Amino acid sequence: MTKFNAWNVIKNGLNGQSYWTRQWRDPEPKSSYDVVIIGGGLHGLATAYYLAKNHNIKNVAVLEKGWIGGGNAGRNTTIVRSNYMMPGNHEFYEHSLKLWENLSHELNYNVMFSQRAHVSLFHSPGAKDSVSRIYNIMRLHGTDAELWDLKTLKKKIPHLNYHNSRFPILGAAVQKRAGNARHDAVAWGYARAADTLGVDILQNCEVTGFTRKNGNIESIQTSRGIIKGKKIGFAVAGNTSVLWQMAELGNLPIESHKLQAFVSEAVKPLLDQVVVYGVGGAHFYISQSDKGSMVFGGDLDWYKSYAQRGNLPMVQDVAEAAMAIFPSLGRIRLLRHWAGVMDMTMDGSFFICKTPISNLYLNAGWNYGGFKASPASGWYFADLIANESPHNYVQNHNLERFEKGINIDERGAGPDPKLHG
Amino acid sequence: MIRINCPYCGERDHSEFSYGGDATINYPSLDASEKEWTEAIFFRKNIKGFQFETWHHSNGCRMWLVVERSTVTHEIKSVKPCNPNLQKVVENNK
Repeated sequence: MTKFNAWNVIKNGLNGQSYWTRQWRDPEPKSSYDVVIIGGGLHGLATAYYLAKNHNIKNVAVLEKGWIGGGNAGRNTTIVRSNYMMPGNHEFYEHSLKLWENLSHELNYNVMFSQRAHVSLFHSPGAKDSVSRIYNIMRLHGTDAELWDLKTLKKKIPHLNYHNSRFPILGAAVQKRAGNARHDAVAWGYARAADTLGVDILQNCEVTGFTRKNGNIESIQTSRGIIKGKKIGFAVAGNTSVLWQMAELGNLPIESHKLQAFVSEAVKPLLDQVVVYGVGGAHFYISQSDKGSMVFGGDLDWYKSYAQRGNLPMVQDVAEAAMAIFPSLGRIRLLRHWAGVMDMTMDGSFFICKTPISNLYLNAGWNYGGFKASPASGWYFADLIANESPHNYVQNHNLERFEKGINIDERGAGPDPKLHG
Repeated sequence: MIRINCPYCGERDHSEFSYGGDATINYPSLDASEKEWTEAIFFRKNIKGFQFETWHHSNGCRMWLVVERSTVTHEIKSVKPCNPNLQKVVENNK
């Protein structure tokens, strides 16, 4: 694998770009591995990378049923932030943000991480109090957070609709270190870096069954043959329940819902921040990609679904929210839209935990927030697999928390997965 | 758009309805163990394929329905009132 640096760019520039090697190998599956990660999304790839990097476990395979970057890794709105308040969550997402800040150097791959500020608008004194509480908790834990009054906000983003009489903008809660990144580059960067450390990335390798022995999973049946793993990790958010039931483990506190995202045609620089608008029935978040496209999304489609395609009522909802807050988008044309399948959990928080099978580990339940979490998710999942006990930050992110009554419910929405937006 | 054939109102767009959830949950007795209650409240089959689920005709007759729908293709096989007694009323009126 050729390293990306100035020397190699110049050398290849003079040689017709002929000395670049492929970014990761396409190996044949070995018969057994120390760790097999099922799911070649951002979380699975990051886990494999940190297993090799932090824990020196290099005999690792990542099984991907499709291709790298074809699932939820390429079906998100690329927002990175750490504005969480629950114990465990804020430490975890803050660590993730710190990993993001150095990720391009770490992976030798430009993930185009841009800390352009995450601006969350509020529209009533009650909403201001509520968000002030969250952002004060963040400050107490050393995360950057601030409130912008209307004057500051108007100066920073002059073209929002400040004349909305139903939901007047009163100001915004802002995290300046937050922003976005290029999602494909993150997937490719982790795949390439993990591959360099010896990880086998097996694409078009769908899991079809498990063979159990003495209570453990002994081997995995796949579309590319039988693969043994001493330890096995699930990182297949969206399809976790399917795999869980394939391993005959019963039910999970998860429902699969689909979330749509939208990309417009490219326009000249229009928006320099990530803006979030959430009132009553509307939920809308928007940023502009480096290419110039407006990238935005809204709520779930509100009914359970494994289909990776969205339905029209939500397209209308999102368009209405866009027009309410950003009227200048009115004549912009939509280029693409798509949907990804989310693991929506019963309290809106994730799982990085052991399972009833002693050599099986679970990484699941990322709700709306899987993209920003991927570096820390890989970090702590690798830590769990290597050390066989969860780090303090994720000690309550397990399946037993519901029975114990220690749900990690940021929104306080209760046990209805679709409400944890 | 999914079209749901409401037994009271006829076929309507799904945007008239709100999704409830799994229609096959059996809530345990009040003195059942914490484990059973946890299972009923928090744990789901999360079926990939045909499942029975509840929908509320919230912008129509406001009745609760049980819909058999595929979570992959969104095809609907059957729609019935939630309340079995109302099912009889619907059938008698046909």
